[in-house]
Amino acid sequence: MISSNSKVILEVRNLSASVAGIEILKGINLTVRSGEVHAIMGPNGSGKSTFSKVLAGHPGYTVTGGEVLFEGQNLLELPPEERARNGVFLAFQYPIEIPGVSNSAFLRLTYNTQQAHRGGEELDPLEFHDFIQEKCKIVEMDPRFLDRSVNEGFSGGEKKRNEILQMAVLDPRLAILDETDSGLDIDALRIVASGVNKLMTPDNAVIMVTHYQRLLNYITPDFVHVMRRGRIIKTGGKELALELETRGYDWVDDEYQRAADAHGRATAKGSASAAGAGRAGAASA
Amino acid sequence: MSTALEALINRPYEYGFVTDIESDAIPKGLSEDVIRLISKKKNEPDWLLEFRLSAYRHWLTMTEPVWANVSHAKIDYQDIIYYSAPKPKKKLASMDEVDPELLRTFEKLGVPMHERKMLANVAVDVIFDSVSVTTTYKEKLAEVGIIFCSFSEAVQHHPELVKQYLGSVVPSADNFFAALNSAVFTDGSFCYIPKNTKCPMDLSTYFRINNAESGQFERTLIIAEEGSHVSYLEGCTAPRFDTNQLHAAVVELVVLDNAEIKYSTVQNWYAGDENGVGGIYNFVTKRGLCKGVNSKISWTQVETGSAITWKYPSCVLLGDNSIGEFYSVALTNHHQQADTGTKMIHIGKNTRSRIVSKGISAGQSNNSYRGLVKVSAKADGARNYSQCDSMLIGSACGAHTFPYIEVMNSTAKVEHEASTSRIGEDQMFYFASRGIGGEEAVSMIINGFCKEVFNHLPMEFAVEATKLLGLKLEGSVG
Repeated sequence: MISSNSKVILEVRNLSASVAGIEILKGINLTVRSGEVHAIMGPNGSGKSTFSKVLAGHPGYTVTGGEVLFEGQNLLELPPEERARNGVFLAFQYPIEIPGVSNSAFLRLTYNTQQAHRGGEELDPLEFHDFIQEKCKIVEMDPRFLDRSVNEGFSGGEKKRNEILQMAVLDPRLAILDETDSGLDIDALRIVASGVNKLMTPDNAVIMVTHYQRLLNYITPDFVHVMRRGRIIKTGGKELALELETRGYDWVDDEYQRAADAHGRATAKGSASAAGAGRAGAASA
Repeated sequence: MSTALEALINRPYEYGFVTDIESDAIPKGLSEDVIRLISKKKNEPDWLLEFRLSAYRHWLTMTEPVWANVSHAKIDYQDIIYYSAPKPKKKLASMDEVDPELLRTFEKLGVPMHERKMLANVAVDVIFDSVSVTTTYKEKLAEVGIIFCSFSEAVQHHPELVKQYLGSVVPSADNFFAALNSAVFTDGSFCYIPKNTKCPMDLSTYFRINNAESGQFERTLIIAEEGSHVSYLEGCTAPRFDTNQLHAAVVELVVLDNAEIKYSTVQNWYAGDENGVGGIYNFVTKRGLCKGVNSKISWTQVETGSAITWKYPSCVLLGDNSIGEFYSVALTNHHQQADTGTKMIHIGKNTRSRIVSKGISAGQSNNSYRGLVKVSAKADGARNYSQCDSMLIGSACGAHTFPYIEVMNSTAKVEHEASTSRIGEDQMFYFASRGIGGEEAVSMIINGFCKEVFNHLPMEFAVEATKLLGLKLEGSVG
């Protein structure tokens, strides 16, 4: 059971960020504790993907305010590769193809880099072969994919599975899944989701960015956050996702606007109580 | 572009030093007298002087080619020294008598001249400015009948072979730069592999331009008799000067029945500085003739240096069932310009050719692939496969592909594939998000991109090439 005593993995305070001079994130607050699954939902252009990329350290985005603590450490001062080595993982919405670089060589380099950082044992190609065969089972990946170039000629579903395979190899403390469900057929969705579930432990946490409720049928969130115009405007439990599915996003926006007009700061309290309800819902699930 | 990327591709040129050595150079300028002087200094037979003079007379009627996708200030051919040789203290009887300054130079360049110091089983011919300084393993090769020596020596000791084959693949009037070379070439390597002999070691020539005002015009001739096989390597560097030096070489290969020549180049002439000042103009004609049936020529080149590269190692596939291959990596950075590719001329029946070209452009450089595949009317069953991939690093560089295909036979099969990719922020970020830093990421991407070509280089050369591109091999050999 998740309790508020669980260790805080990620603490985002009033984060704002811009790209090409346009402010996309306008004050995000979010606390993620170990063992938790957070879903961030919202319409196109609300800033969900930007938020994931800013957390992972994409150089194209400029942080203009606020702070992010990852296990107590200032995440924003680290370059992206250090964030990754410290345990932040981003599963890409559109994984990049790398022609000529074999998947297994790539995975081994990432694993060994990680291990070197953590003071763990690095694996030679033979040892890694055994290691990766086991990991492939998690996402039901044909080991022949290991000999192919990273993501080259992979179908959408295969690319997403490959992302989760990388997650399995790197064993992150915080995994951010950016629209991992987009472009997946129902079987692939089930496989990817089941992979993520197998990788969940009481010591790590997941942030899922998604448009649709259907992924949440497979991975049950503890919290559902609604993002709009660069802010989290509502937080609830998993039932909020179902409500969004039937009612859309506009009502949340209206509610937020009314609350903001009427009470100003009281909005924050409203969200907090919704978060409490969400936690109770998750606990009973 | 990320700073890691920038630092990686902007490594300083390591070989830019000048050797302080007394040289025997003739005054600048080109005329029949200069050619006579060069010929006399080299104690050449009359027929060779005639070859030079007729090439020169033809050259005077020619104009510099302008079709290449490069631009440079007009070259003043009267402002070049056409002969420069390190002055020998006395006649050399063995390596121990080579000027220590020269020995140090080549040691600094990583070219071992002492046979006992050689790590790899490679025979080396070393060319310094206009002349060959030494050739290693000569005796050992002679035991199996292989002739490997400087071109000048070949003229003295094997004139009948030189006379038979010189200009037989690249006629002296072939093109502007080949004609110039034919008129003024000073030295180079000569190699003859007798019948049914597999050369027991790789043969290698190392070229070094030292004199700021001299041009280098070397001539290489390799003959592979029936059923023979040789792997030949070529490397080159030059000091850093603010002026441009001209390098106009000619390489001719002749391959008879069932024989094979594998010719590998790692070209690292000085490329000029980051503002495009200085650097070598590399205008080279390389061509091989697959004269016999089932003969094969394979060119592999890694072009990283020179301010301007103008080079098209080609294969004339005359013998039935002969095979031509061209594997190339061309890397340009800063203001470098490369216009390079190949020509595959199919004449014999069932001839096959394969072209794999990888161009990498960074900085403000311009990188062009230019290739011709020609199938003549009699070349029944000819087949060609071409693949041209370009990679862009940053947004100020250019990559171009100019494929020419001329097919006169309806049974021919010609395939051409091309792609362009970019090492951009997103690709770097993908690596970073998996914990892999900039340098390793670029190394892995470029190695992956070039793997198909590197696989065709001899081991030592592959290592050198990888290092040259500022890369580590680890990870790409997965």
